[in-house]
Amino acid sequence: MKRNSFWLASFTASVFIAIVLLVTGSPVVTASDQPPAANAAVNIDNFVFGPQTITVPVGATVTWTNKDDIPHTSVSTDGVFKSKVLDTDEKFSYKFEKAGTYPYYCTIHPKMTGKVIVQ
Amino acid sequence: MTDKNKDLIDQKLQDLNNDGVDRRGFLKCMAWAGTGLVWTMSGGIPVSRAFAKGHGKDAVKGGDFSFVQISDSHIGFNKPANPDVTATLQTAINKINAMPHKPEFIIHTGDLSQLSKPSEFDTLDQVLKGASAKQVYYVPGEHDMLSDNGEQFLQRYGKGTKGSGWYSFDQKGVHFVGLVNVANLKAGGMGSLGHEQLEWLEDDLKGRSASTPIVLFAHIPLWTIYPDWGWGTDDSEQALSYVKRFGSVTVLNGHIHQIMQKVEGKVSFHTAMSTAFPQPAPGTAPSAGPMKVPADQLQKVLGITDVNYLVSGRSLAVVDSPLGESDASSAGSGGGAGGR
Repeated sequence: MKRNSFWLASFTASVFIAIVLLVTGSPVVTASDQPPAANAAVNIDNFVFGPQTITVPVGATVTWTNKDDIPHTSVSTDGVFKSKVLDTDEKFSYKFEKAGTYPYYCTIHPKMTGKVIVQ
Repeated sequence: MTDKNKDLIDQKLQDLNNDGVDRRGFLKCMAWAGTGLVWTMSGGIPVSRAFAKGHGKDAVKGGDFSFVQISDSHIGFNKPANPDVTATLQTAINKINAMPHKPEFIIHTGDLSQLSKPSEFDTLDQVLKGASAKQVYYVPGEHDMLSDNGEQFLQRYGKGTKGSGWYSFDQKGVHFVGLVNVANLKAGGMGSLGHEQLEWLEDDLKGRSASTPIVLFAHIPLWTIYPDWGWGTDDSEQALSYVKRFGSVTVLNGHIHQIMQKVEGKVSFHTAMSTAFPQPAPGTAPSAGPMKVPADQLQKVLGITDVNYLVSGRSLAVVDSPLGESDASSAGSGGGAGGR
């Protein structure tokens, strides 16, 4: 008798959880509606954009943070985005609404180049 | 007089040859020594001699004059190795004011400010007001172009200049040209002069006698020192082709915060120390950023450059001296022992 109750309880719980999952339509652990890796980070340090090439989904926001002891900028070569001058610890964010490849560079130290691939 | 100089030059060259060190190697060694050595360009051949105490007297001869190059003051920078760049700029100005021969003017080869902020330019102006030489010539560095493409720099220091701030002037028969190679920089590139400026330069030099000593000054080096770190100017070859015919050409640059010299035919290239912070030698660090040194070493890696024009030899003598060494005028004779 007890064993039957146990199995009945488990079965009910499973069904209940299944219903919950179906209703919410997403894995239980995610807090937001957005797909994973929607926000990406690029660190600027030692005159380098790291990672130099970053791939993000459409709608993602990329945030550049200057960790160097010298100011830098992040400016698209095609006029798509342009940061102000970033001193140490300052940030710049841009949301990429369209798919494509976006090369950029630091206008102060033009040897520093990077690329954002949006797909 | 000229023949006497030539003999002296030959003598020096032979001495160098006997040492087993070639001219290029000798230049490299002496540049890194950073003490008060006089470099004389005479007919395209560099001669070095200790900075004799009597040098101040030579400069007084009619037509001779001197000026000082300072560079990379980076007013607004406040991190290691120098939390107070205004103080070290002041030290540089004090050093200029204490020189035995008064310089006619000062040339600042750029990066006046760290972030192109008005307050930074104001502070720089304040310090320079105390210089014995009242005339200061400027060219911008990339750090001076950060607000609206250098508009503020032009307003403050660009009167009478063309384009992004280039110009020329004459002083006692020497022709000076200030060039701007930090505007409109292209992704992946180094310094750039641009078509318009090159055309202006060609025109500016046209018709000048080949015996006119020429001084070109710009922020980023006009020769390729280290492309990986952007230490060079993409289109400088064309500019240098315009000065090839002149008997004496001196190129003064900044940007790399250390002394580097090169001689190519009758053109001598020289980069100055910064008055703010040193940078590493090419390839010796992950990046070209500020080099950290112990506080008691800082004054030795910052400095000014004294340039003396001697009419007799139609030559320009370039003397670098660190902020922390004893007076330039006594550096040669005594070997420049550190403390006072």
